[in-house]
Amino acid sequence: MAEGLQITKIQQSPEIIVLGPPSVFRTHGKEFSSRFRALRPWESPLPLAQFLAAQAQNTQAALCSGTFSLSAAVLDNLPSLRLVVTTSAGVNHIDLSECRRRGIAVANAATIFSADVADLAVGLLLDVLRKISAGNRYVKNGFWPKQGAYPLGFKLGGKQVGIVGLGSIGLEVAKRLEAFGCAISYYSRNKKPSVSYVFYPDLRKLAATSDILVVCCALTEQTHHMIDREVLLALGKEGVIVNIARGAVVDEKELVACLQQGEIGGAGLDVFENEPHVPKELFEHDNVVLSPHFGVFTEESFGDLYELMCGNLEAFFSNKPLLSLVSEE
Amino acid sequence: MDTPIGVLLIRPLSIYIQQELSKRYTLFKFWQVPPDLRRDFLGKHSDSIKAVVGNGVQGADSELIDALPLLEIVASHSSGLDKIDLEKCRERGIRVTYTPDELTDEVADMAILLTLATLRRICEADRYVRSGEWKYADFRLTTKLSGKSVGIIGLGRIGSAIAKRAEAFGCSINYHSRSQKPNSRYKYYHSVIDLASDSQILIVACALTRETRHIVDCDVIDALGRNGVVINIARGSHIDEAALVSALVEGRLGGAGLDVLENEPEVPDRLLGLDNVVLSPHVGASTVETRKAMADLVVENLEAHFLNKPLLTPVI
Repeated sequence: MAEGLQITKIQQSPEIIVLGPPSVFRTHGKEFSSRFRALRPWESPLPLAQFLAAQAQNTQAALCSGTFSLSAAVLDNLPSLRLVVTTSAGVNHIDLSECRRRGIAVANAATIFSADVADLAVGLLLDVLRKISAGNRYVKNGFWPKQGAYPLGFKLGGKQVGIVGLGSIGLEVAKRLEAFGCAISYYSRNKKPSVSYVFYPDLRKLAATSDILVVCCALTEQTHHMIDREVLLALGKEGVIVNIARGAVVDEKELVACLQQGEIGGAGLDVFENEPHVPKELFEHDNVVLSPHFGVFTEESFGDLYELMCGNLEAFFSNKPLLSLVSEE
Repeated sequence: MDTPIGVLLIRPLSIYIQQELSKRYTLFKFWQVPPDLRRDFLGKHSDSIKAVVGNGVQGADSELIDALPLLEIVASHSSGLDKIDLEKCRERGIRVTYTPDELTDEVADMAILLTLATLRRICEADRYVRSGEWKYADFRLTTKLSGKSVGIIGLGRIGSAIAKRAEAFGCSINYHSRSQKPNSRYKYYHSVIDLASDSQILIVACALTRETRHIVDCDVIDALGRNGVVINIARGSHIDEAALVSALVEGRLGGAGLDVLENEPEVPDRLLGLDNVVLSPHVGASTVETRKAMADLVVENLEAHFLNKPLLTPVI
């Protein structure tokens, strides 16, 4: 009897088209579907365009994963759309100018992931320098008793760190690395007046003076392949690059070439240009640590994300201000 | 003509230190001697060996000291002194030096790295990508570090350096020490069990003494609990390893990051297959920079001794 009331309640609640689906659906999908009327195109045999044409013509809100390409073509099939809630901090997968033109508001994950992503950046960097993944393999494969020489790592303290993009994540990375005794500089679109870190308006100059580059910026037309061969060569043979932002900020082919040629010292990468494809040349290197774009994959962040995305949707349907509106820049 | 001074180097340590010692002394490379031939080797060279250079893995125990009647100084390439029979050295009037500060930052860095690697499954994730598994499915959810409560056993140089780093991750810091530190902003716990109860991550950073052996025992492990993680960058014997392994295998402890083991380099078989355990081969101080600084200090101490000058970092 209670179940019947529950179903009626959902039928009366506004519908939301779920695109992706986002990874948070793995853990919270069932709960979401009992809270909202979720349209789930991946459960249908119809291709997406047909599904949307049949089911989503009146749908006002979309929940979108960070990897779903929300293009003008998709928007064409959602004529009633007024809100997109993306489960990512990044918005590079959304045609923002099209959304603006159509009066569709976009809400993202704001800064809820910044600590976790910054933690991973530090973890990847320390792993490259101190070879913990290689060391763990070494011990678990039984090599330690055989007294094979274990290669020395490199000290983190005293190194010059260049942060590419001093937004929420960049600032969290800086705060952590300062405690390890690193000197922090940064490259950003604009100098940040409230920070004491050294500002470099030229990315190549930042790379030339840095021992370590940590890529923390959004992916836009301007930042696409911003870290090119010149920047990598400037970073130098002992330099380390860490990328927890978007694969395409770095020219991946050039990065692989530089590693193969010994032109840079190491890399810690959570993101790639064509995920989940990873250039197999990277597997040859012990000075490279790889991770499967999981910077936000903690129980805590997924819980926070779920609350935020539901909060945005509920605010929208109650005509209240969105919690994490992406402002125009 | 002076007889050349013989120096016994227990472990390879670094090419750099081998070169620096060879330039100044007759260098005997102990690790190259098969274990069953070591007694004879010492007998053969006991008339020239006046110094021993050991480290945190292997130092100068009673048997070794007894086999070297001309031993004058043990210059340890370590900050820990548990591998040296200090009492015997005192009896024999043998000087002992160590390298107390050179590795503080590196070891603290390793403690945080092990914590991140254990909680965020970094090593497993690297393997997941390399094996091609990522093509088929996303990785599992892991555990956040930022904001968690960290309990440090031992708030000396290394413990303090760990606390400073953990604070930058928004962690709250609890600690246990022989006595409360008067000006510390961290929360003191007289009982290690209470420390473990109130902390999500327990980090061992104290010296190994008779009192601190097995300071992390089954009661402390129980108090830390199913979601707790223990990190050890100190000495393997700080933790009751059998109790630790059982707790991990049975799921009563959330995970462990260990740079040291009780019988290193032997590793308990049951730890090998556990993804919530990260192991490293006692490399907390193993960076190019630290090794050079430690090597330089060992050589400086030896030079000072044989020139009858004051030792730089004496223990005895």
